Amino acid sequence: MKPMFGRGPSLQLRLLLAVVASVSLIFLDSKLDLFSPYRVFLNSLVSPLQYMANAPSQLFDTVAGKVISREQLQAKNQELEQQVFLIRSDLLQMENLKEENNRLRQLLGSPVRQDARKMVAEIMEVDSDPFTHQVVIDKGSLNGVFEGQPVVNDQGVVGQVLRVGSTTSRVLLITDNSHGIPVRFQRNDIRALANGTGDLERLDIPFIPHSTDIKEGDMLVTSGLGGRFPEGYPIAVIDRFEYDEGMPYARVDAKPVVSLDRIRYLLLLWPSESPDPVVTPEPAVSPEPDNAPAKSEATNG
Amino acid sequence: MDRANSRGMIYLSIIVAMMLAILPLPAQLDAFRPDWLTLVILYWVLALPHRVNVGTAWVAGLILDILLGSTLGVRALGLAVITYVCAMNYQLIRNFSVWQQAVVIGVLTVSCKLLIFWAEHLVSDIILVPQYFWSIISTMLIWPWVFLILRRTRRHFGVS
Repeated sequence: MKPMFGRGPSLQLRLLLAVVASVSLIFLDSKLDLFSPYRVFLNSLVSPLQYMANAPSQLFDTVAGKVISREQLQAKNQELEQQVFLIRSDLLQMENLKEENNRLRQLLGSPVRQDARKMVAEIMEVDSDPFTHQVVIDKGSLNGVFEGQPVVNDQGVVGQVLRVGSTTSRVLLITDNSHGIPVRFQRNDIRALANGTGDLERLDIPFIPHSTDIKEGDMLVTSGLGGRFPEGYPIAVIDRFEYDEGMPYARVDAKPVVSLDRIRYLLLLWPSESPDPVVTPEPAVSPEPDNAPAKSEATNG
Repeated sequence: MDRANSRGMIYLSIIVAMMLAILPLPAQLDAFRPDWLTLVILYWVLALPHRVNVGTAWVAGLILDILLGSTLGVRALGLAVITYVCAMNYQLIRNFSVWQQAVVIGVLTVSCKLLIFWAEHLVSDIILVPQYFWSIISTMLIWPWVFLILRRTRRHFGVS
């Protein structure tokens, strides 16, 4: 019988090395955030595995798309054409209103709102850490994605980009425990914060006094105050407003308007602070100015 | 089969385990996803403790950390510790019947999950949900099959 652990250091020493290495990694990663510059590289390194894990469902989608019948396609096409027709007619008015709004804002001396550049991203259905709410999308730094980028879909705000790889990136959902977003009540412009709770169906609105005029069913929209999310996107609907005289603040819960457990396509937004918004994603190419720890920033913005 | 190839089989099985760990599952089943990487690593530790032990487990855990987007090093820590326990007692565990082994694997998985939770809890305020521990049952139930498949693979390719 050959000696079991003859070569190299003994098992105890190996364990000691492994424990020391992991503890220092945990500390360096979470407290000092030393690895965020290398995360792009690390994420790109493992993205082949993610694409491979995603392949079966991709294949299933392709097959399902191939076997759809002609009648179904025709019916769907008709339905979609009608939808486009309706949306187009709304858009006619929208253009007009936008123009009018911009003129009024100019009269008031407020900055004119610009259109944001958008890009569609698909969620790669890969599983994530059970303690955090994250999804992986199929766009990365090669597409100009940057850390802290706002992510929405057709219903409302989904979250923000947490980490970027070259072809994939990770989106932190608004319901994650570490996420907070500045909000405004659409009905009466009260400003507040909406913090994630770790529950996909619930956001927590802290520090609301008892006397505040809040009703169940009030819509929360982004206030644009953090400078990270553009203003006016719907986030959540108040579904609980309770107060206990003994407590300093009321207890306010909101339900996200996006059903976050069944999202598929997302929109990445490039906020247009530059005067020329439509041409290139300038802020996206240089990630340096926004390189500070994403986790702690998420709470402010 | 030469050395490099037989070593390749070990790495291949670990990579497959990682893919299974991130494979999309319906939300109802997701809580019952077995800890594939733990299963595969522990099998190789029991079979070839001089080949696969703390170092391999640590690197595999680290890669899984990157894949799952969690704090770097938490799974590496958990896997390294249980691998150490397993490698210290491999002769004892080898002599158990496969269902007794499943219980041992279950205990090791619980310790691994607790270590991961504690490490994560120290650095960020996360909440423990009971679903987190459901996967232990499926991990224990699936051990005999993983054991049989990997043993057959090992014998077929003459991995040593």
